[in-house]
Amino acid sequence: MPAFARPGPARPSALTGSTIDLSIGELAVDYTGRTRRAVTVNGTLPAPLLRFTEGDTVTIRVRNTLAEDTSIHWHGIILPANMDGVPGFSFHGIHPGQTFTYRYTLRQSGTYWYHSHSGFQEQKGLYGPLIVDPREPDPIRSDREHVILLSDWTDEDPYRIFAKLRKNAEYYNRHKRTVGDAIADIRRHGWGATLDDRRLWGAMRMSPTDLADVGALTYTYLANGVTPAGNWTGLFRPGERVRLRFINGSAMTFFDVRIPGLKMTVVAADGQNVHPVTVDEFRIGVAETYDVIVEPSGQDAYTIFAQAMDRGGYARATLAVRDGLAAPVPALDPRPLLTMADMGHGGHGGHDAHGAPAKAAPSGHEGHAGHDTQAAGAARDEHDAHGGAHAAMGHGTAAMQTHPASESGNPGVDMQTMTPTPRLDDPGIGLRDNGRRVLTYADLASRFADPDGREPGRTIELHLTGHMERYVWSFDGIRFGDAEPLRLRYGERLRIVLVNDTMMEHPIHLHGLWSDLEDADGAFRVRKHTVNMPPGTRRSYRVTADALGRWAYHCHLLYHMDAGMFREVRVEEGSA
Amino acid sequence: MNARHLRLRLIALSVAACLAGLPVAHAMTAETARREEMPRAPQRSAGHESKSQGSIDRGSMNHDSMDHDSMDHDSMDHDSMDHDSMDHDSMDHGSMDHGSMDHGSMDHGSMDHGSMDHGSMDHGAMDHGTADAAGPLLPPITDADRAAAFPDLGGMRMQDHMDDDPVLASFAFDRLEWQDAPGDAAAWETKAWVGRSFDRLWLRSEGERSGGRLEHAQAELLWSHAFHPWWDLMVGIRHDFAPGASKDWLAIGVQGLAPYKFETKATAYLAGDGRIAASFEAEYELLLTNRLILQPLVEATLYSRTDAARGTGAGLDRLEAGLRLRYEIRREFAPYVGWVWQRRYGDGADLARAHGEPVEDGRLVAGLRVWF
Repeated sequence: MPAFARPGPARPSALTGSTIDLSIGELAVDYTGRTRRAVTVNGTLPAPLLRFTEGDTVTIRVRNTLAEDTSIHWHGIILPANMDGVPGFSFHGIHPGQTFTYRYTLRQSGTYWYHSHSGFQEQKGLYGPLIVDPREPDPIRSDREHVILLSDWTDEDPYRIFAKLRKNAEYYNRHKRTVGDAIADIRRHGWGATLDDRRLWGAMRMSPTDLADVGALTYTYLANGVTPAGNWTGLFRPGERVRLRFINGSAMTFFDVRIPGLKMTVVAADGQNVHPVTVDEFRIGVAETYDVIVEPSGQDAYTIFAQAMDRGGYARATLAVRDGLAAPVPALDPRPLLTMADMGHGGHGGHDAHGAPAKAAPSGHEGHAGHDTQAAGAARDEHDAHGGAHAAMGHGTAAMQTHPASESGNPGVDMQTMTPTPRLDDPGIGLRDNGRRVLTYADLASRFADPDGREPGRTIELHLTGHMERYVWSFDGIRFGDAEPLRLRYGERLRIVLVNDTMMEHPIHLHGLWSDLEDADGAFRVRKHTVNMPPGTRRSYRVTADALGRWAYHCHLLYHMDAGMFREVRVEEGSA
Repeated sequence: MNARHLRLRLIALSVAACLAGLPVAHAMTAETARREEMPRAPQRSAGHESKSQGSIDRGSMNHDSMDHDSMDHDSMDHDSMDHDSMDHDSMDHGSMDHGSMDHGSMDHGSMDHGSMDHGSMDHGAMDHGTADAAGPLLPPITDADRAAAFPDLGGMRMQDHMDDDPVLASFAFDRLEWQDAPGDAAAWETKAWVGRSFDRLWLRSEGERSGGRLEHAQAELLWSHAFHPWWDLMVGIRHDFAPGASKDWLAIGVQGLAPYKFETKATAYLAGDGRIAASFEAEYELLLTNRLILQPLVEATLYSRTDAARGTGAGLDRLEAGLRLRYEIRREFAPYVGWVWQRRYGDGADLARAHGEPVEDGRLVAGLRVWF
C-alpha cells in the first residue's frame, strides 16, 4: 500500500519537492487468492501520491526496470508536448533500463492522476494520484483530506482480455437476457410488448445488457489498491470537513459513488473548481476526478460505496473515527437495461432525469419505429453527407442526426444514433429515479467564466463509432491506424461536437488542451479534461489550441483506445 | 463471431441468391484563474462575437502606426465606461499589433456593452494570423517551444507502438461429438482463423466417422473479408476426402450474423467437372440461463447434378437439423448433449436406399464445444 493510502494524518503522505525519483517495476500481488505480477511505481499499487504546488517547476526522473518499454502520462496536466508521456508523439517511451527525466511547470491546481501510456500497463497497476495545491490559499476549505483512487484489477493478462473480446465480445457478460427473463417480461408486459422488444434488439443484433465490455467476471474493484474485503479506511474526527479526492483510475469501469448517511458537496471536477453542488451520488467515468466535501458526524463509520455501472461488483472503503470499524455495505442496485431512448433512437423520455412524465417521441421517431432503417449498413443518402454544422447543433432538440460518409457501409460501424441530444441533466443509465440526488453534468459549472471568451471559429464534429461483435472502435468509422491527424491552428478557438453512434458510454480525453464543456445552447459550463459520452448523446466543448504539438485524443476505456478509438490532434503554427 | 446460434438452413442452388439477398440487406494558465483575478482576452470584452461573423468596415480610421507594445492598462477602470454611443463603423484595425499588450489586471467586471452596435463592423480583413490578435495572450513561440512540441522521434510512429488491429488467431471445435448410431459414429466441425479484424485466413473442416471409416470429410481454406457490418465474404477452396475419390471445389460464400442473431453461413462450390454445390447453415442461441444454452441448427446441402459415385443427388440432397444443449463451464469449454435429425431427398434419397442407408435418421449426440 502506498503511503497516501495508509490511514493517518490530516493530509495523506506524498512525494513532494522539486525533484522526484520514480522507479517502474513489477511486484507480486494477491487480490484474489492467486499471485500475479502487477506493474507498479516505487513498489506500490496504486503508485505514490505526488504533491506539488502551482507554479513550481518539477523534475521527475522515471527509471524503467521492466523488461518492456514504459511511459508515464500526467493526466490533465497542461505541459509541453514532449513531457506528455505518449510514446510515438511525445517521446520514444522509456526503454528497459533507461531513465527519462520529465520536467515541467505546473500552471494549474487540483486533483489529477498519472498513468502509463504503454501497452496495457494501466490495467496492470501503473496509475497514481497527482495533487497540485494552489499557490494562493485554497478556496476549498477542509480540515482533512483523503485520496480515493478507484480501479479495476484482473488476474488475466490484459492482452488475453483484448483477444477474447475480439473473438467473443460478450465474453464477460454473464447477464444477458434469458428465456426466464422473457417469460417474466411476458407476464409483466404481455406478449406484444415483449416480442416487440425482442424484435428490436434482435434486428440490431445487440443486447440491452451491454453495459460494460469487461466486468466482475474478471475484475476485482479496488479503492486505493485495496479490495472491498480489505476495506481501506480513512480517518476523520467528528465535525471535520473532509475533502475526498476521487480519481477513477480504472481501465474499463464506470463507478457510481455514494456514502450512505452523508451528503457530498462536489467542489471540483477534473481538478477544476466548480460551484459547489450537494448530491447523494455521482457517476465517475474512467479518468475523471471529482473532489467532494463531506462532514461526517453522528456515526463512527461510513461506507464509501462505488458500484460498477453494470452492477457486477463494487469497490468499497470506509471513513471512520478509528481503524477497524465498518459500516453496512449496501446491496448492489438492480442491473439496468439499455433502452432505445438511451441510444438516441427516439423513444419515450426514458432518460428524463427525475420522474418527469414521459414525453411524446420526437416527430416521426416513435420509440421503436424506424430503427431498422437506421441499422448499420442500411446506408442512406442522407448519411453520405457529413454536415459539419448542423442546424440543430446542441439545442437539445432531437433533430435527425446526419453521419459522416465514412460510416456508411463500414464493416466497423454497427449502429448510428438517430436523434442524439446533449442530455447533460441525465444522471445516466441505472441512476434515474433511484430516490437519490445524483450529480449530472448540468450541475457542473466552473467557478470562472469561459477562460478564452472567443466564440469558436469553427466546428469539428466527430462521431464515436464501433462494432460490438467485431470489437473494433473508432472515430467516424476510421480507426487510429488509418486516420489522419486532426489539425488545429495554434491559437484558434474551436468547438468539438461529439456524437455517440455506439451503445457504450465513452470517456473522451484530449491531451494537452482543455475541453470546455458547453451547455445545450453552446454556452460555456465547465472545464474538463475528460468528457463522458453516454450512448445517444451529442455533446460539445470548446477547445483553445494554445499548446503546440502532437496530442493524443482518445476514449479512455483502455480496450477501446487500443482497438482504434484514438486520434492524433496536431496543433501547428499556421496562417489564418 | 462465435458459433452460438440456431441454424436454419434453406436450400438454394446457388448462393448467389443469398449473396444478393443478405448484404443488401496552455498556455492558458486560467485553470485556476477565476475571471475576476485574471481576465484574459480583453479584445473579447469589446464584444467581437466571432471572427467568423464577418464583415469589416474600416472607413477612415487608421491605426496603422499604433504601437501597443508599451501600453500599460493595469490601472484602467472600465467600470463606468459607457460605450453606448460608440461607432465602430469606420475603424481600421488592419495593422494593429497586439503582440505585447499587457492587460493583466484590467477589470472589465462591470463594463456594460449592452447597447453597442457592431452590426456594421467589418473585420473581414483583420489579421488574426497571430494568435494574440484575439483570445488568450499566448506567448510568442520560440524555437525551443517548437522543438519541445515536435520532438524528433527518428521516424517512430504511434501506430507502431499501439497496434489497434493486431493479428490474432483462434481455433474452435464447434462440435466434437459422439453420435448414437451404428458403428460408434463420431462427428466434428472445426474452424480456425488467423488475421486482423476485417481480413482473415480460415480453415474450416467437418466430417463424420463411423464403423471405423470416414463417412464424409471435407476441409476448406478460405480468405474472408468484411464487406458489411454483419457479413464477411469468403473465398477459397474446398477439398473432399470422403466419400469416394477426393475432390476439389472452388468456394465462394458469405458468413455473418443475420438479423435476430442467426449465425449464418452460405457457400457455393464449383468443381472442375462443372458440378455446382451449395450449402446453407444457420444457428441460434437460446439462453435458458447464461450458462445453459440451447442451440438449434439447420443445414441444407444441394447439388446441381447427381453424382452416383459419391451418393449425392441433384437438387436438395440433404437437410439436417440439430438441437444441442450445452453448459458453459467456461466460455471456451462447454460439454453438450443433443439430438440430430437428417433426411435425404430426391436422387440422394434413392441413392441412400440403394446403398442400404437410411433416408431419414435421428440420433442422440454428446460432445464438447471448445475454443481458444
